[in-house]
Amino acid sequence: MTIKQLSIFIENKEGTLTKVLDLLSKAGIQIIASTIADTKDYGIYRVLCNQPTQAYLILKENGINVQLADVTALSIDDVPGRAAEAVKKLSASGVNILYLYSFLWKGKGVLVLRTDNNDKTNETIIINKMSFLTEVDFA
Amino acid sequence: MEKTIPVDSCQYFNEAMETMTRAEIEALQLQRLQATVEHCMQSPFYKKRFEENGLKPSDIKTLDDLRKIPFTTKQDLRDTYPFGIASTPLRNCVRLHSSSGTTGNPTVILHTQKDLDEWANQVARNLWMVGLRPDDVFQNSSGYGMFTGGLGFQYGAERLGMLTVPAAAGNSLRQIKFITDFGTTALHAVPSYVTRLYEVMKDNGVDPRKDTKLKVLAIGAEPHSEEQRKRIEDMMGVKAYNSFGMSEMCGPGVGFECKEQNGLHFWEDYYIVEIVNPETLEPVPDGEIGELVLTTLCREAMPLLRYRTRDLTRVLGRSCPCGRNHVRIDRMRGRSDDMIVLRGVNIFPIQIEKILMQFPELASNYLITLTTDEDNDNMTVEVELEELFTDDYSRLLDLEKRIRRALKDEILLTPHIKLVPKGSLPVSEGKAVRVVDKRKVYQ
Repeated sequence: MTIKQLSIFIENKEGTLTKVLDLLSKAGIQIIASTIADTKDYGIYRVLCNQPTQAYLILKENGINVQLADVTALSIDDVPGRAAEAVKKLSASGVNILYLYSFLWKGKGVLVLRTDNNDKTNETIIINKMSFLTEVDFA
Repeated sequence: MEKTIPVDSCQYFNEAMETMTRAEIEALQLQRLQATVEHCMQSPFYKKRFEENGLKPSDIKTLDDLRKIPFTTKQDLRDTYPFGIASTPLRNCVRLHSSSGTTGNPTVILHTQKDLDEWANQVARNLWMVGLRPDDVFQNSSGYGMFTGGLGFQYGAERLGMLTVPAAAGNSLRQIKFITDFGTTALHAVPSYVTRLYEVMKDNGVDPRKDTKLKVLAIGAEPHSEEQRKRIEDMMGVKAYNSFGMSEMCGPGVGFECKEQNGLHFWEDYYIVEIVNPETLEPVPDGEIGELVLTTLCREAMPLLRYRTRDLTRVLGRSCPCGRNHVRIDRMRGRSDDMIVLRGVNIFPIQIEKILMQFPELASNYLITLTTDEDNDNMTVEVELEELFTDDYSRLLDLEKRIRRALKDEILLTPHIKLVPKGSLPVSEGKAVRVVDKRKVYQ
């Protein structure tokens, strides 16, 4: 129940992000959500898109350092407290969140998580009947 | 001299010269040294220098007497630019090579026809030594023109009788097409360019092991570590032999590894090899690192006596299971003039390269930048990530930390490590630039 996310290694330099976005745009890839954290020298640009595998191949062909990461996309109601609830459940099962970002998608909140244990994450989702999104939802 | 080509089964190109005993080598060297010194009196530069030092050619009675002769330096070549050091009238010269004059006058090297023939013989001897025969196809992916790696290998490979492809440097896709279409079995290139070719092969679905007939690589002209050689051999699935040459001696051909890959045989019928302490200029014992000093023994146009190469290396031995007793010289350990002195510590870029090559997460390209930040001199090492192996920052930071520690153990200083995406460092298709020094110069 994980989905593929692009993780792109980007140098903290003028023009590098533009290059990646241009490649994706030319290939007709639609970005659904993206986030970048900055460090001094480089960043990892994380992208959810409609065709992750195709996007990965295109970037790789063009010499971009890219990885397909398995992340979980939880669907939650757009009301206060639901994110806290979801995170609490994962935390109670001993799952550590490596990073998290969120966005609104068709009136619902989406929590994108990368955890240290995908199996345990999946288990927690099933036991707690949490709803999640698959690649088909974004395609 | 060597006009005929031996039969394929013979392991020597010039058996008489290659298999001499030490005593035979030294006897020949003395005879050739005396003739060379006599010949040098035709050079205005050497004539004056001998007079200034109260030396006569007849003072050279033993090989040890070589040490009476002053060193020749690159500065001497610049000062006598363009023809002041030649020992033969220009009328008898047929070729001129020149080094780039990045720090002053360029240096000019002249050749007679005999010099070119002997140069080709040296290169042919080297290529024969590593198993190449007239049936082989030799592709020379080295710069042509003034850079001696081009014409030097061209004439040498032709002298051996190989089908020789002057592919020259650059245009990797065309290089790969030549390799596959012509059935290239041997390739000469600078090591950083071999790595580049491999990347392009990989990107284009060419597997050097399956899709090419390559069996021998000649690599040189750029200092590289044993680790880089192994990496190149693993990538390409062939043996890579280290080649040493310098335009002042002729070009490539001066020294080359035999199949033992345990040092480069320097051809002592052509050169006298000395290793000296670059500070005191006194000879160092075998095994100790010092500056390589070469005296030419067969050159007509421009013999050089005790030429300071600035290359740092050491003698590994004077015998070899291959049957050649010509001195074995270690791979170049750097140059006495590209040594980095940072906060009082002497560092050779090759030391840094050696450590970086131990990290499979990294690609082969790197760049060392020296800066002055608030009056502190610092080193930044930029390294290319081979693959994005994680999307977890902490693992990237951990990799940086491990590289920093390994480098600190080697160079005793803690450099700043900067991971950069693959392909973002400048790749030169000639000699790779490894060090950029932006430090303040203190007067």
